[in-house]
Amino acid sequence: MVYENPDGVRIGLEVHVQLNKLNTKLFCGCSTEYHDSEPNTHVCPVCLGLPGSLPVINEKAVEYAIKIGLALNCSIVEQTQFHRKNYYYPDLPKGFQTTQYDFPIAGEGRIIIEGEDGEHVVGITRAHMEEDPGRLQHMGSIDRSKGTLINYNRSGMTLIEIVSEPDMRSPKEARRYLDKLRSILDYLDVFDGDLEGAMRVDANVSVHWGERVEVKNISSFKGAERALLYEIMRQKNHIRRGGEIVLETRHFDEARGVTISMRTKEEEHDYRYFPEPDLVPLRVADRVPKVRETLPELPDAKRERFMEQYGLGETHARALTTEIKVANFFEEVAAKVDPKDAAVWVSDILKGELNYRELSIDAFTVEDIVAVVELVTANKITEKSAVEIIRTVLDDGGKPQEIVEAKGLLKVEDDIVATAVDEAIAENPEAVADYLGGKEKSLNFLVGKVMQKTKGRADAREAREKVLAKLNE
Amino acid sequence: MAAWTDISGIRQRIADSSAEEVTASYIETIGKSKINGFTTVSEEAINAAREIDANGHEGPLAGVPIAIKENISTKGLSTTCSSKILQGYVPPYDAHVIEKLKEAGAVIIGKTNMDEFAMGTSTESSYYGPTFNPWDMDRVPGGSSGGSAAVVAAGEVPVSLGSDTGGSVRCPAAYCGVVGLKPTYGCISRYGLISYANSLEQIGPLSTSVADIATIMDVVAGYDNRDSTSINRENTYSDALKDDVNGLKIGVPEEYFGEGIDENVEKAVWDSIAKFEDMGATYEKVSMPHTKYALASYYIIAMSEASSNLARFDGTRYGYRVEGDNWHVMASKTRAEGFGDEVKRRILLGTYALSAGYHDKYYLKALKVRTLVKQDFDKALSNVDVLMAPTMPAPAFKIGEKIDDPLSLYLADVNTVPINLAGVPSISVPCGLADGMPVGLQIIGKHFDENAIIRAAYSFEQNTDHNKARPPEVE
Repeated sequence: MVYENPDGVRIGLEVHVQLNKLNTKLFCGCSTEYHDSEPNTHVCPVCLGLPGSLPVINEKAVEYAIKIGLALNCSIVEQTQFHRKNYYYPDLPKGFQTTQYDFPIAGEGRIIIEGEDGEHVVGITRAHMEEDPGRLQHMGSIDRSKGTLINYNRSGMTLIEIVSEPDMRSPKEARRYLDKLRSILDYLDVFDGDLEGAMRVDANVSVHWGERVEVKNISSFKGAERALLYEIMRQKNHIRRGGEIVLETRHFDEARGVTISMRTKEEEHDYRYFPEPDLVPLRVADRVPKVRETLPELPDAKRERFMEQYGLGETHARALTTEIKVANFFEEVAAKVDPKDAAVWVSDILKGELNYRELSIDAFTVEDIVAVVELVTANKITEKSAVEIIRTVLDDGGKPQEIVEAKGLLKVEDDIVATAVDEAIAENPEAVADYLGGKEKSLNFLVGKVMQKTKGRADAREAREKVLAKLNE
Repeated sequence: MAAWTDISGIRQRIADSSAEEVTASYIETIGKSKINGFTTVSEEAINAAREIDANGHEGPLAGVPIAIKENISTKGLSTTCSSKILQGYVPPYDAHVIEKLKEAGAVIIGKTNMDEFAMGTSTESSYYGPTFNPWDMDRVPGGSSGGSAAVVAAGEVPVSLGSDTGGSVRCPAAYCGVVGLKPTYGCISRYGLISYANSLEQIGPLSTSVADIATIMDVVAGYDNRDSTSINRENTYSDALKDDVNGLKIGVPEEYFGEGIDENVEKAVWDSIAKFEDMGATYEKVSMPHTKYALASYYIIAMSEASSNLARFDGTRYGYRVEGDNWHVMASKTRAEGFGDEVKRRILLGTYALSAGYHDKYYLKALKVRTLVKQDFDKALSNVDVLMAPTMPAPAFKIGEKIDDPLSLYLADVNTVPINLAGVPSISVPCGLADGMPVGLQIIGKHFDENAIIRAAYSFEQNTDHNKARPPEVE
């Protein structure tokens, strides 16, 4: 199957990743753990851009950037340099952003995603380091606010901007690219993607191989998919009506799900880039081998290994390796029970229950799932009971063994129910006759009897099914 | 009463009386000053001196008053770059040099006047009005560290710090008849120095004696992990205070005696070189062919960097602010009113030079010239130990004489800016008078070879009387 891209869609993404797991900011010693702090409490002369302050590069940030570059199969530049990108904005305390320009730390690379027609390679143009500006908080809406407050806690946080080639052909592929990128970054342990503002997306979109439009300010992956769907539709409609697509920048209005024109090419900024005189060029080539040693096994490699080592199918292997935490969880389970059982229970059952509740794998313990799987494989409980145990642990807490006890889920209990069913039928021939004669209500009577006999330990629905089965024999 | 005392003299006075008394006497002198050299006198100075008297201090500058240029951040003490736009700005932190000075026991006595944002050669563009040259109140003290040089020349303080981007320590030192050093780029941390043109500027000391310069350097120079361009290199500058230039090889760059040089200045400098010959040195003429392009290169680089550095002054968080209906209006009005003409001129020219269509034509070309100028120095200094030339081609000019003619003002920097482009060290020492005004001899050295120029300057000072000349105008 070859995806022919009927609308000639090309999508390129620029993803800003905030390296919030570094202890300090990019150019100063301020703490990066500001997320729950009062505004403007994680600041110093440097990240406030006070007169006279000078930047000093965070060595750990350089190491992380190299790590990300290597994980994205990028070339790493011999020597890197920072530039000033000059523009005015109230959240930018120095009136320029310190960023990388002609010597980004990482050059061309690639990411492999599941595309519309199987494996699809998305080129990475570059990945470079830059500082995050502060954050504006408008009192009211942006166009009708009485005032604007500025919080500089975020100012100076390390960002890695990862720029892709326009290789994605649908919003779905874009979403998969983002998911894969997030997956790789999680593996690298360089950021916490759950924190606010950890990943921000700008998208370049064109249809029918035409002029590209940049959509800015997309704050979530779901938002990215929506923004792209809208923008593609808008461009197609515009062309159908005889319009022409011009190079422009549009803002994504998350609330309304539409894109709004911000500026056209004629109004484009002239950023007047020039080398940051306060930061000397930085040699990075020598650091690469050492960083390479710290690279973990990445999702694709882990998937291959899971298939080979545990004999898993592609689907299971993929599902289990998307999130590093899930992969690690699985491997711990697989060490104790049959890996294929582990795959089924972790990937198909547990993950489903977790997704439904929007919980992460941390909500369950290896010990508990091992206990559940062992109960099933030892034929002590039914698969249905096992699912019930998992749900109970998640909803009400408790340990699987206790739940089995409390709910009487052991299979021997099945015999009690079966006996009770037999007894109820034998002791109430009239009711049986009534039911067979078409009186549906008599079934309820029989089920009630079963419940009485089992002192309520039977599952009513299960009892009903069993009575029915017996009557239909 | 003006008192020209060097650091050792001050320390003797402190030993004889107290740091408090010495500080108080300087503050009294400053109070009577007519030269407008200080913008702020520190209210904390007396307390700092008392502290030293009470607890004692082993530091090499214990109790020594020092004046600081308006562009070096001092915690709790107004630092405005002599600009309206920074009116009321009080830094919440000390510059690296201020920390070092305080550690050494120095008393920060006040802040000195300067050309707004260090852009100038005359200290006329200050928001606080011009500083007057103590030698002739009708003349400029030079710039941009005019305040720092004039207050030393007038005996209002023994030592001061200035900053030198294209000659801003050496020019006023020459015009006011004091010693001023522009150290090698990276020698002193710039942390806390409010940037005008980062890749060119260095903090430098001014005083009436070369020995004091070495003492200050011993305190403030050295690596600082908050300035990526500062260099880790151990050196004791006072080791260079030796009266010995026997065998010293001097290079005299012909291009520094070019068109427009004042004949009295030329004579004073050649007389000085002859004096060095008497003392056992030899000289040869050297050529530095790219000197004529240095000025253009310097101004493009400096203005480009300045246009970016001064972007942060928008009234949002500190300093002067003009309210407006929205942020754009507020920032525009603030900058329109807050900056003076020279600063606006340089911001605009720098913005132009960096803009997309002209970046290659101006900024990149200026960088290439800079490389050639550096090579001139490498080549010239490969055969000789130091270079000697006039610091300024002419003595101090009259106030107002050049203020409306920025180009002629820029031309005055012709002998100082190549040094900043190359990043080498250079010292200006008094070497005579021209029309009753001081003349500066510039001694230029190799990268991090401050000791060679300090040694030459010290020997010269020991064997001549030029540094003992005092301005007649004071009192």
